Amino acid sequence: MIYFNCAATSLQRPKEVIEQVVYAMQHMGNAARGADETALLPARTLYMTRKKLAELFRINDPGRIAFTTNATESLNLAIKGLLKSGDHIIYTQLDHNSILRPVYEMEQNGVTATMIPCDYFGRISYDQLEKAIEIQTKMMMITHCSNVTGTLLDLEKIGAFCQKHKILLVVDAAQSAGVFPIDVTKQKIDILCFTGHKSLFGPQGTGGIYVREGILIKPLKTGGSGTQTFSKEQPGEMPDVLEAGTMNTHGIAGLLAGVTFVLETGVSVIHEKEQELMWLFYNGIKTIPNVIIYGDFSGVERGSIVTFNIGACDSKSICDELATVYGIVTRGGGHCAPQMHIAMHTVEQGAVRFSFSFFNTMEEVEQAIQAVSKIAKDREC
Amino acid sequence: MRTKEWKLVITFDTTTQAFAMEEACEKHKLIGRLLPVPREITAGCGLCFCLSLDQEEELNFFLEKASCQFKQLYKMEL
Repeated sequence: MIYFNCAATSLQRPKEVIEQVVYAMQHMGNAARGADETALLPARTLYMTRKKLAELFRINDPGRIAFTTNATESLNLAIKGLLKSGDHIIYTQLDHNSILRPVYEMEQNGVTATMIPCDYFGRISYDQLEKAIEIQTKMMMITHCSNVTGTLLDLEKIGAFCQKHKILLVVDAAQSAGVFPIDVTKQKIDILCFTGHKSLFGPQGTGGIYVREGILIKPLKTGGSGTQTFSKEQPGEMPDVLEAGTMNTHGIAGLLAGVTFVLETGVSVIHEKEQELMWLFYNGIKTIPNVIIYGDFSGVERGSIVTFNIGACDSKSICDELATVYGIVTRGGGHCAPQMHIAMHTVEQGAVRFSFSFFNTMEEVEQAIQAVSKIAKDREC
Repeated sequence: MRTKEWKLVITFDTTTQAFAMEEACEKHKLIGRLLPVPREITAGCGLCFCLSLDQEEELNFFLEKASCQFKQLYKMEL
């Protein structure tokens, strides 16, 4: 089996990730629920993981990172924990349902929202940002890298815009953390939402949120923190304020191994390898008759995703043939980013998405090109 | 019967601060360990870092120079 659905989740992971999860399950008690070694080991693991993530994202204080179950939970925290009736928010057409649905929900609660549109290639015009600003604008949400087309937004440009207008910049780094350099200070990111199971190679159910000092997010859940037992309120300090209940320390032990792998290998090395695979695939299929490729391949920085259709064929049937006949796993249909499908005119058809990982090989890509070529030749749609 | 000894006890607002202190102290050859906060004192974090009294001078020097966050430093019999 060849796995090219890495934008959905990583399948190949460094072996240390699995080893550390197993070790954690065998040795860890509950963090902050005691001071013996079984409680200190998971607490130290949480601390070390925060430190590694802080190093990866250039965060000065590791204590500003709280763990969540995924990027979706982090984005929900940012949107629902900060916005109130009367506030205005800006988002983009690239956004995933993890942003769109909480925003739509908040619109029912008196928040207003403006969407920055993108063109057919998934590009936004940065000039449009100024026009979207209102007196009540509190926050701008952006998807750093589109999970549909791989479009990469210019964080520094958007960060400067947000700083100029004194609005919060919330970044969804689900597709970019571990593959693109992220520097919260340089890019002026106020809140960074990331998942652990994609390019950080951690287990599913791990993720986190960085919250700049001075920003207070109202927690969506309250409960045991292992501290301040007799207080009726959730402890107010980061990260405890956002970490009610027993943590997924078994998963986070795996995430620690994943982030360590990323740091030791180097983000730029991972990025280059993925780009090489992506361009090899793109160049291999771009001239195949009847193949329609989406996204901007004009040479700009982009994520390692190639999304396409074959004529008017149902994208899911192409994925099914790739999987069953060629053993190649991809994703078809809609990709949880409905506005992007509107921009690409693929609401009905969906699209076939190939997404590459550091662990894929050139040989696998060559096989995929042959498979797409054969399917495109055989199909009459 | 367990004999009580005078100790240096550092408290914190968060567990993250406690582990940062443990790490920094270890790096600076200050010997101590994390243990539950004694009931006589209160702190946000349930862990405190405890060192022997004979390290007082080195610890004070370290705390002045280092950027470690902590809530309070106590001298108490434990």
